[in-house]
Formats: sequence, structure tokens, C-alpha cells
Amino acid sequence: MVDELSRIFAALADPTRRDMVTRLAAGDATVNQLAEPYQISLQAVYKHLKVLEDAGVVSRPPGPQPRPVRLEAEVFDLMDKWIERYRRQAEERYRRLDAVLAQLNETETSNDEQKGSVA
Amino acid sequence: MSAIAETRIEADPNVPIIRITREFAGTPEQLFRAHTDPKLFAQWIGPSSLETRIEEWDARSGGSWRFVSTRDGEEHAFRGCFHEVRPDRIVQTFTYEGDPDGVALETLWFEDLGSGRTRLRTQSLVDSFESRDAWLKSGMEVGVGEGYAKLEEMLADGTV
Repeated sequence: MVDELSRIFAALADPTRRDMVTRLAAGDATVNQLAEPYQISLQAVYKHLKVLEDAGVVSRPPGPQPRPVRLEAEVFDLMDKWIERYRRQAEERYRRLDAVLAQLNETETSNDEQKGSVA
Repeated sequence: MSAIAETRIEADPNVPIIRITREFAGTPEQLFRAHTDPKLFAQWIGPSSLETRIEEWDARSGGSWRFVSTRDGEEHAFRGCFHEVRPDRIVQTFTYEGDPDGVALETLWFEDLGSGRTRLRTQSLVDSFESRDAWLKSGMEVGVGEGYAKLEEMLADGTV
């Protein structure tokens, strides 16, 4: 299952594929429409699509030709959850830092009071 | 005590950067100390289930650092250089010794918000999207955290 995530991230590590995904987020497109803005062969576009399909990022539902390419939204829910996990780890770390700062504040306040009483 | 804003995180879509922002009830000077005093740093950097042992610590511009995290006898070491250390900003490198080719360039900013509050902004730049995502995935913290185990469960039972 973790391999699934690795495949998704590997698939998205390429700038052309990221761009395809961004464009598909606006709506389904045929392979020809997808290929239009790129200076690469249709064959290369199919190669990129295959990587995205194998990772489950896009699908080409069966139907009459030309079959449109569709973005699989669930994949991004998965990534969101996963970035959220990372965020929570950072939050946990920073809560420990909160505690350290509270300690510092306490020590420094009591030191100030001591100084105050001497003066 | 006023409520503290939760940690915000951003994975930049155009450059392999992770940004994290958080506000703290402490002065910039205290935040700076919590990042540069090894005794204080060791208290918060690792999860409570890990023990952090500082092996090397020279928090000056051009200095270096190394610490080892231990859990159940398993050790993971991290090291890097303090490129620049000054009261409002720290620039440093970060490497997990288990993956010595991966080096992150980290910048930390301590922004004074007044009334004893500080905004900490951090930015980690890595050399590719692939390694950025691998870092995100590893959670940078060693071992499989509870959250990760939970995610695996969710993946396994189809919740996700």
C-alpha cells in the first residue's frame, strides 16, 4: 500500500506529468487535446499517460473513441491525508517547543522577581 | 493564555520546498535559544518516544551539528552545518546519515510579533521533487510514527 504512494509521487515528480494533471483538474481531455501544448511526440505523451495510469492518478474509462483521460480525485485525497500526517508531526514537535518556551518564561519571570526584590 | 495558531504546512508546487509556519508564546530571543542551545533543542526536537543525543553542536556561522535519535536500541543519526546563525535567522543544512546524498537547505526565520510572541517560519529546500516527497513521506522523524501506522491501517482497510 505504501508502494502505491511511492508510485503516485514518482509519477508526479515529472514536470510534464504534473502539468498534465493540472490541466486535467479543469476537466477530462482526449490524448490529442492533452498533447497539444507540448513539443513532444504523441508516443511520448502516451508514455507519460501510462505512468500516470499505472499510479492510479488518471484513468481512461472504456467507451467510444477517443476515450477521454480522467483525473482520479481520490488519489489527491490520499496525498492530502498524508501531508496532514506530516503537519501533525510538526505540530507535535512544536507543542514540545511550547513547553520549553513556557519553562524559559517561568525561569526568567522568577529571576526578574528576585532581581526586583534586591533592588 | 491566548490560543496558539496551529502549524501550517505548504508543499510548493513549483520548487521542491516544504514551508512550515507556527506562532509561539515566546520572544524571538527565546525561540532562537531553543534552536541553538543543545540542551533545550534536545528537549523538543524528537518525539517523546525517542531519545535525542547531541554529539556535536557548534551553533555559530560556519559551525556544525550532529545528533543521534535512539529508540529501542535503533539509532538514526542526522548532521549538518550551521551556515549562518543570527538572532532573526538561521540557515543550515540537514542530512539523514541513512541517506547521505540527500541534503536539505533549511532557513528559519524568527519574526517578532510583539507582546512576547514570535512567528517561526521554516523552509526546507531539497534537490528534487522526488526527494521532497520522500522527505514528506518519512516525516523526517525517524521510525514509523503512530500517524503513519494509522495511515497504513486506513490504506489497508480501505478507509482511504
